[in-house]
Amino acid sequence: MPAALAPVLAATAVDTGVFVVAAAVILSGAVGVVTGRNPVHCALSLVLTLFGVAVLFVAQDAQFLAAVQVIVYAGAIVVLFLFVIMLIGVDREEDVRAEPLRGQRPAAIAVGVLGLAELLGLARFHHWVTGTPSGAGAASGPGSNVEKLARSVFTRYLLPFEITSALLVIAVVGAVVLARRPQPGRGGGDGAEANEANGAGEAAEAEAEPASR
Amino acid sequence: MTVSAGWYLTLSAVLFTIGAVGLLVRRNVLVMFMCVELMLNAANLAFVTFARQLDDIGGQSAVFFVLVVAAAEVVVGLGIIVAIFRRRAGATADDLNLLKG
Repeated sequence: MPAALAPVLAATAVDTGVFVVAAAVILSGAVGVVTGRNPVHCALSLVLTLFGVAVLFVAQDAQFLAAVQVIVYAGAIVVLFLFVIMLIGVDREEDVRAEPLRGQRPAAIAVGVLGLAELLGLARFHHWVTGTPSGAGAASGPGSNVEKLARSVFTRYLLPFEITSALLVIAVVGAVVLARRPQPGRGGGDGAEANEANGAGEAAEAEAEPASR
Repeated sequence: MTVSAGWYLTLSAVLFTIGAVGLLVRRNVLVMFMCVELMLNAANLAFVTFARQLDDIGGQSAVFFVLVVAAAEVVVGLGIIVAIFRRRAGATADDLNLLKG
């Protein structure tokens, strides 16, 4: 029987290794986001975390979501972040040591630890799982992940899907309105502000395009 | 067997906590926004984990919608941040007290 068991053990070792490496990447990236002084470094750490999450999506048979995660998050959203950082000044480092509100930082960390303990306790001891299927379909079985996800989105969740298209249009219009100069007719703006307005509007449109698929 | 769902959920909880603490601790508006993205990703990871554990594709559909909403949120949020910074350069979250009476 050891001969038949060997591939299973090897697969388990690979799965565990992938999980451990991805978890280390995710957590180091997250800590980098929180502790980084330069916003550009924070954005790059965020990319690290997003890639790690994409790896774990693949490990859990969510291939389509992993691809969308890399394209939309790491490709579009982080680029938008970097774009805004460059717009509003890259050399502006935050003084992490300054504490304007006395005792706020230890209190925040205490609240975080408390919340983590609560989350883990609830996940460990509380049993919400009723076993009732959601009606969206099974994740396993024959057929590809994309096929099953598409069937779920375009049948069971068709109305939410249509509403997201309205949401994206509203977001694009909102971004364009926000990026406009305050008083276009009064001649207060200069060339730099006009460039900013154009850039943000284009970024919004470039953003909405991959997400709407 | 693959890695059990409990480990994924633990990782998701830790990631969410790091994002929440970062949101409370940092004062740079952009970094606070990135911490919101961390929290969204933690929720997405939990959704995919439950989709696998309960054998239900609905969890992955939820992640799909979270991605779309996150994209819209980033567009509007960054538009607001650019508008704020155009008015007052170098503002942190502490300086934004325009609504104070």
